[in-house]
Amino acid sequence: MIELNGEPTEVEPDATLANVLALLGLSMQSRGVAVAVDGAVVQRALWDTYKLAPDAHIEVLTAMQGG
Amino acid sequence: MTATSATREDALTLAGRELRSRLLLGTGGFPSLQLMAAAIAASGSELVTVALRRVDPAAKGSLVDVLAQAGVQLLPNTAGCRTARDAVLTARLAREAFATDWIKLEVIGDEDTLMPDAPELLRAAEELVDEGFVVLPYTTDDPVLARRLVDVGCQAVMPLGSPIGSGMGIRNPYNIGLIREAVDVPLILDAGVGTASDATVAMELGCDGVMAASAISRAQDPVRMARAMRAAVQAGRDARLAGRIPERRYATPSTPEAGRAHFD
Repeated sequence: MIELNGEPTEVEPDATLANVLALLGLSMQSRGVAVAVDGAVVQRALWDTYKLAPDAHIEVLTAMQGG
Repeated sequence: MTATSATREDALTLAGRELRSRLLLGTGGFPSLQLMAAAIAASGSELVTVALRRVDPAAKGSLVDVLAQAGVQLLPNTAGCRTARDAVLTARLAREAFATDWIKLEVIGDEDTLMPDAPELLRAAEELVDEGFVVLPYTTDDPVLARRLVDVGCQAVMPLGSPIGSGMGIRNPYNIGLIREAVDVPLILDAGVGTASDATVAMELGCDGVMAASAISRAQDPVRMARAMRAAVQAGRDARLAGRIPERRYATPSTPEAGRAHFD
C-alpha cells in the first residue's frame, strides 16, 4: 500500500508514477506539477518509468493560492 | 536620470530581471480566481507568489493557467515550511513544477506570529544558493540577519513590517531604515501591509518594492485596493527620489522676512 498525498492507496505491483498520477487526473503533460517520492524530487522525464516501492510515500504538488 | 524608454524608467532590477512595477502580489486570500485576476491587473504587478500544495482533483479552475493568462512572472514560495529541510525540498519541487530558479524562501518559527526561524532560514538560504536558486528570503526586521542573508548569497531581502496578515503596517520603521543602510540588494517590504499608506511609508523609508497579499485579497474591494496600492507604491517612490525636507523641531517660515509691511 503506497501513500499518495497522505492517503493510503492501493496500486498494481508494477505501477509507475505515471499510473499513480492518473489517479489524480494528471498526466506527463500536466503543467505546474511536481512529485516527491520518499522525500526526494522525481523529475518529470522519469515519471513513466519510475517503479514504486510497495510502501512508497508520494507527494504530488501544484500551485495554490498563498504567500 | 536617463531612460532608454518610458517603460524602463526607474525599473526594479531583481536578480538581473527588470520589473516595471515595484508592487509584488501574493495570491493568498482571494475569494475567487476571477477576482484575483482582476486585482492583479489593477495592481500592475508583474511578479506574483504562489504556494505549493497537494494536488486536489476536486479543485475548480487552474491557478497556473490564470496566472499564465495574466502574463505575470510566477514566484513560488515555501509557505508553510517550518524547517530548512522542508523548505529546501519544497524549493526543489517548485523549480521542477514551474521551471524557475526563483524561490521566495519562508521558514516559519512561530505559529502565532508566523515569524521566520532565523537559523533555519539562513541554513536553507545557503543550501539553496549553492544549488543555483535565486533566493528571495522573507525575514525579520533585524539588519544583522538581513546582512547575513546577503552574505550567503540571497539576491534580495524581504523583511516583515509586522506579522503576516496582521495589517499592522510597519511596526519598526527605524529598523527598516537600518536594513536599507545595511544592504545593497533590493529591499522589499513583505508582510503586515494593511492599507495603501503602509506601502507608501515603506517606499519612503527606502524600500525598493513592497509585497502585499492580505491587504488586497481580503480588502472589501480587492480591485480598488489593488489600484490604491499601485498608486501608493508610486507615490512613495517619487517622494523618496524627490528628496524630502528634514524634520525640524520648530517652524521654518516658507515666506522670507524681507519686504514685509510694517503697519504702525
